[in-house]
Amino acid sequence: MEATKTVLSPEARREAESLMKKYPDPGAALLPILHIAQREFGHISTDVEEYVAALTGLSTTRVHGVVSFYTMYRKAPGGKYLLQLCTNVSCTLAGAEDLLGHLIRRLGVSPGETTPDGKFTLLTVECLGACGSAPAMQINDDYHEELTAEKIDRLLDSLV
Amino acid sequence: MPELKLISANFDVPGRSGIEVYIRGGGYRAARRAFDALTPEQVIEEVKKSGLRGRGGAGFPAGLKWSFVPRESALPKYLCCNADEGEPGTFKDRLIMLKDPHLLIEGIIIACYAIGIHTAFVYVRGEYVAEAAALQRAVDEAYAGGFLGANLFNKDFALDVLVHRGAGAYICGEETGLIESLEGKRGNPRLKPPFPALVGAFQGPTVVNNVETLANVPMIIEKGGEWYAAIGPEKNTGTRLFAVSGHVNKPGVYELTMDVTARELIYDYCGGVSGAGKLKAFIPGGSSSPCLTADEVDVQMSFDALMKAGSMGGSGAVIVLNDTVDIPKLALRTLKFYEHESCGQCTPCREGLPWLVKILTRMLDGRGAPGDVDLMLEICDSIFGKTFCPLGDAAAMPTRGFLMKFRGEFEELTAGGKAETA
Ligand SMILES: Cc1cc2nc3c(=O)[nH]c(=O)nc-3n(C[C@H](O)[C@H](O)[C@H](O)COP(=O)(O)O)c2cc1C
Ligand code: SF4
Ligand code: FES
Repeated sequence: MEATKTVLSPEARREAESLMKKYPDPGAALLPILHIAQREFGHISTDVEEYVAALTGLSTTRVHGVVSFYTMYRKAPGGKYLLQLCTNVSCTLAGAEDLLGHLIRRLGVSPGETTPDGKFTLLTVECLGACGSAPAMQINDDYHEELTAEKIDRLLDSLV
Repeated sequence: MPELKLISANFDVPGRSGIEVYIRGGGYRAARRAFDALTPEQVIEEVKKSGLRGRGGAGFPAGLKWSFVPRESALPKYLCCNADEGEPGTFKDRLIMLKDPHLLIEGIIIACYAIGIHTAFVYVRGEYVAEAAALQRAVDEAYAGGFLGANLFNKDFALDVLVHRGAGAYICGEETGLIESLEGKRGNPRLKPPFPALVGAFQGPTVVNNVETLANVPMIIEKGGEWYAAIGPEKNTGTRLFAVSGHVNKPGVYELTMDVTARELIYDYCGGVSGAGKLKAFIPGGSSSPCLTADEVDVQMSFDALMKAGSMGGSGAVIVLNDTVDIPKLALRTLKFYEHESCGQCTPCREGLPWLVKILTRMLDGRGAPGDVDLMLEICDSIFGKTFCPLGDAAAMPTRGFLMKFRGEFEELTAGGKAETA
């Protein structure tokens, strides 16, 4: 077999191994381990799926099935910043459609696409649980709420 | 009337998310009382007496649910705290996790003592990175303080709590979808029976409870089930964290007893309807609950009164709509959500929802046909009650509500409707 360069860092690997021991069934650590893998590799490629399968002792079919089921696992490389704009009901009532239009114009990409400089990936997502301070957008792990076009401009300008 | 802050009483206390402040404020006293003074059966009895109903969606009595779990079990029993908070409009469980995480942990400890559980999972939606981290910090503190781990309160009782993050899938909020997901699988709901109380996570008897439900437990044990049962209307006891969003001047989370009317909630607490328009309708219990119209605004926001009004209390998420809202467009947005989140396991949901989306999209594109409204209603009927899990109902019910309460707006989009109005 050909050696693969898809390998978790030693700390991440230790983290993954200790997770498997915490659950009644090691397979239950699959979702958290995939979060770790995504943190390390940026997205879950077929190579990463195979690596995680080997690490956990699960079949690649099972791992692939899980990766494809959950929206937070990124199946392809994306930008440095993942702009996840909520377009569910409360955010739409608060003007999310206009903000989406603004983002599309400003970045020159459609939802699902990444800017040519590799900086931003634009996504629309379902309710983020921030409806009381709509419209809301999650950028990587962080929530940004009560957004306006101006606030978005300032935010994006501040990201390097 | 001011809010009745029981759950949220200490949300604004500085440092409250840390264990020291929590203990100084009387924290972990209820758990100690449960271990020292009550048998597990007595704890369940208190919770039954309190009348506490699940805050996650179905309003099922918590004490009764706990009593379904067999005392003796060959396989370990589990508690799954449902912190998936995916029902559109809902944003209250995250406040508990961020602002008073030890309150939740204490509720978990008491529940596990009552049911005889030694491992609890908190399934936090994947997007809630900060919430999961806050909870994990609190869990670490609770271990260090001797409130989790072995020999709790000098009893031969061990309890582990694991904070587990999901990865973005609304269906994992459904209790059996959650269990599948927790096991590291796709979140496809299981056919019931068997119910999780008998066969749940890792095949063991399992209780799934919402964050807010469990956060109510410490005060019930501290002050007694009867005390709790006297709060709010009969059979709808305690307070609720109403998460209000949409067209109101002061959106947010309000803790109130369930005899509050929608009118009071919207006008007295939330500062009235925002924007140019007047109240058109409101969605009383998350996007799965059928909307009620402005004429129904005097309804009491209790599980039972909302049920009687043809809707439901659901997750306590109230979405307010002013009269600028285009109902067919809103219905389409809601339908697309459920279409996107359907796990695809059963035919009525997998095929019915895209069909509804297709018809309504066509109508909104100006290509509606006479009979489309009735066709949509028929499709809703072919989904309702005929699916594997309640997501099918959760999509069909609000759609039917929009179609029936605002039929005219949909009819206008069909050729028949146009001909009539022309
Ligand atoms: C599609 C769907 C999504 C759900 N999402 C959630 C959720 O995010 N959080 C929650 O607590 N309950 C949710 N529920 C309800 C759960 O299935 C379950 O009834 C609840 O967690 C039980 O806790 P409780 O009795 O304390 O309310 C959902 C149900 C369905 C059908
Ligand atoms: S009703 Fe929908 S979500 Fe539920 S099991 Fe069937 S296809 Fe899956
Ligand atoms: S609808 Fe956007 S955060 Fe809930």
